[in-house]
Amino acid sequence: MIHVAALVARKDLRIELRSRVLAWQVLPFGVMALLLCGLALGPNPAGRSHAGPGLFYIVVTLMALLMINRSQAIESSRGTKDSVATLGLDPAGVFLGKAAALTVEMWLASAVLLTGTVLFLHVDQARTLVAIPSIAASVAALSLAGTLYGALTSSQNSSLTLLPVLALPAFAPLLIAGERAYSAVVYGGELKVWWSLLVISLIAYSSVGVLLYGVMEES
Amino acid sequence: MRASIHLLDAVVISNGFPLISGTTLSIEHGSITVINGANGAGKTSLLQLIGGLLPLSNGEGTVAGVDLTRHDRREVRRHVGWLGHESSFYEDLTVAENLTFACAALSIDPSQIPVVLERVELTHRTNTKSKELSAGQRRRVGIAWLLLRRPEIWLLDEPYASIDVQGREFLEGIIGEASQSGATVLLSSHDDLDFGKRKVRTITMAGGRVVSS
Repeated sequence: MIHVAALVARKDLRIELRSRVLAWQVLPFGVMALLLCGLALGPNPAGRSHAGPGLFYIVVTLMALLMINRSQAIESSRGTKDSVATLGLDPAGVFLGKAAALTVEMWLASAVLLTGTVLFLHVDQARTLVAIPSIAASVAALSLAGTLYGALTSSQNSSLTLLPVLALPAFAPLLIAGERAYSAVVYGGELKVWWSLLVISLIAYSSVGVLLYGVMEES
Repeated sequence: MRASIHLLDAVVISNGFPLISGTTLSIEHGSITVINGANGAGKTSLLQLIGGLLPLSNGEGTVAGVDLTRHDRREVRRHVGWLGHESSFYEDLTVAENLTFACAALSIDPSQIPVVLERVELTHRTNTKSKELSAGQRRRVGIAWLLLRRPEIWLLDEPYASIDVQGREFLEGIIGEASQSGATVLLSSHDDLDFGKRKVRTITMAGGRVVSS
């Protein structure tokens, strides 16, 4: 399983490096969305700063939806699907590999967005750095959940619209936990409960993915 | 000679539509079988059923000793090599990267990649992305993978599409060679084929059924 996961993750990252979809399409969209959110909040820096963690997670979610669709599109052309299917790859390994590659891509995107959050929305830089572990955990949980829902919707004709409808309710607890944890680090508040929720989500989505990804692929 | 593939009243239904509607078929180990038929006759679906790419909805089936009614159809895929209509593997990876990925997935020695690429006359395209290859060259990458993998059952879906006369003769040679080495070859084609002295069985399909064999 680990061998297949490493193989798939390397392949997905190599394809991303070649196609530059993240760098040339998804990141510019994310930065523009963050800028527009900042403008919509008006000129008051304090108000923007307070909304910063929430806006960061909204934009991360929008970018995640694009990246999940991209991650599944790599596999979904008929020729690729049939050729790869006859390799008989362990579905649990494929799930972990795709989720790992998506996590790395989302971490890179989040790093750029965090810079934007500090620069445009005036969230405290030093405290944002302290919040990085919770942000990394919530983004990893989003990627795991997204890989599952991506597999579920990829074979449908309307996958582009179906993915947000199905995945956003599942993302909601992760976004709340991530935003609350980020805000708690920056403005003070309870942190432990949100960390617990993130850790439970990571374990739950990893386990469900390992067990059910094959069934989802085949269906 | 023992049967490599055996189907009895096999039915495949996808989205409520019968792709294969009651096919009975027995194919001997090491044979070459050509599947004929008009577009939509069920040729590709039959190959996909045999390759474990489509589930058996009804009836019975055994492929390379794997019972399609009892076992996970993914087990069948370990025994088959697939050459489809479209390109093989990933568009954004180079020819060498695609083959290396496939070799790593099945623990096959990748040192043979340059040898098979030379055989399919693609050495000069080793580091070209798949999406930059012509349709015929993509087909040759698929053939290179079959040569590397040497599967027990070769499933070739219209392998002569987009291939020139020279490529066609080359492919016929490869198929004859595979059969001689014990592999069972099934291919769908609209063309007259020449495998030299090898005996070829022709099956005709219409409406998801085998109408003559």
